[in-house]
Amino acid sequence: MISDNVDMTKIKTQSLQKRESDLAQSNRQLEILSNGIFKNGELPTFKDKISETSQFPLKAKKLEILQINVGYMCNQVCEHCHVDAGPDRKEIMTRETMQQCLEVIKNSGAHTLDLTGGAPEMNPDFRWFVEEAAKVGIKDFIVRSNLTIIRSNKKYYDLPEFFKKHNVHVVSSMPHWTRGKTDKQRGDGVFDKSIKALQELNAVGYGMPNSNLRLDLVYNPSGAFLPGDQRAMEKDFKKALMEDFSIQFHNLFAITNLPIARFLDYLIASENYEDYMYQLVEAYNPAAVANVMCTNTLSISWNGFLFDCDFNQMLELPVNSKSKHISEFNEELLEERNIVISQHCYGCTAGAGSSCQGVVA
Amino acid sequence: MQKTYYDPADLRKFGKITEWSEELGNKFFEYYGKVFEEGALTAREKSLIALAVAHTEQCPYCIDAYTKDGLQRGVTKDEMMEAIHVGAAIKSGATLVHGVQMMNKVNKLDG
Repeated sequence: MISDNVDMTKIKTQSLQKRESDLAQSNRQLEILSNGIFKNGELPTFKDKISETSQFPLKAKKLEILQINVGYMCNQVCEHCHVDAGPDRKEIMTRETMQQCLEVIKNSGAHTLDLTGGAPEMNPDFRWFVEEAAKVGIKDFIVRSNLTIIRSNKKYYDLPEFFKKHNVHVVSSMPHWTRGKTDKQRGDGVFDKSIKALQELNAVGYGMPNSNLRLDLVYNPSGAFLPGDQRAMEKDFKKALMEDFSIQFHNLFAITNLPIARFLDYLIASENYEDYMYQLVEAYNPAAVANVMCTNTLSISWNGFLFDCDFNQMLELPVNSKSKHISEFNEELLEERNIVISQHCYGCTAGAGSSCQGVVA
Repeated sequence: MQKTYYDPADLRKFGKITEWSEELGNKFFEYYGKVFEEGALTAREKSLIALAVAHTEQCPYCIDAYTKDGLQRGVTKDEMMEAIHVGAAIKSGATLVHGVQMMNKVNKLDG
């Protein structure tokens, strides 16, 4: 249980960084993930586990997805955010870095561009970047929108039309089809705003059957448990959102919460950390290892550094390659690189596996 | 030696029962796995039945396991509580319906 002397208001409204929490430091998180049950041999390290099936070192394959984090600022402070995003985060990608990204997008073989944050829409150059990136003609152009941003301020009201104009593929978080569970994880009032935003996206054609305007939802559990079967959850979400709010969407991606940043903080404070790590290790699936997203994705941080995934970005674990920054991007050097791993990686290999595109096995 | 009969960590060791009787243990887990597969009932419905029975059996391991299983399947608190009331109703009904036997006996002996 969370102890009584913790100020819950701060927990709900501030990032770990703002609260000057120990866990805002990535090296502290990595220390926790390497000590305790992993140090005393109770559970195998991720390296030992993938070695059992000769999958160590995990190697990058051909680059398919460029995921760009345009900044950690967000209008929400979700309980389990792995980015530790929030209104108090000031890390924002500059137009200069975006320009470097555009060059890479033009020249790389990646077929998918995936913009994330924070709330990517809060970056002042977001619209410019989308307009420029859309011109490159990449096959799948994703923006990860938290939905509430669309209803947070008048200046964002036209986002559904803007997304439509540039044929953006919208991927949005939705932890549950009930108000209580959604607001518990993402903040008071988030459910109602999200519903309104989804209805507005539907109104311009997003998520409708046979529509080319893709609208997918991301489900991640609201507590210390793993996601259930993606297809079954999708069916339940579709039924409930349709019956209650006449909302339609295309696919549901079930994503496992990785034990880093605010989710790690939550696991420790609620005394669920060890049980959660046991769950992840027990659900380890070697078939998922072959398709984990770090093998075909590169994550670019707000200041242009390259990472194997968004989680490694938050843990400040840079790519194991001479090409470490967007300004010196070299696809050849990055291919076949060894992926940097730690115990958080178990989150992507549990059960049917987990990635920003949902299950992988 | 532990001082309580139940230890939450023991649930994780359930699979070890096969170590002392491999054939029967494996048969049990194979059967168990098959029972919970999607069939005429959905896996979600089976999970709620299991939760209700876990309570009537008052098995703390099963309660932990099927509460978590329900959360994983998106089962809400309302649904869980309703399922438990079904179990409780059958339990109390099963007690009370024996009252008829008591009434029959009284009527026979002292009617």
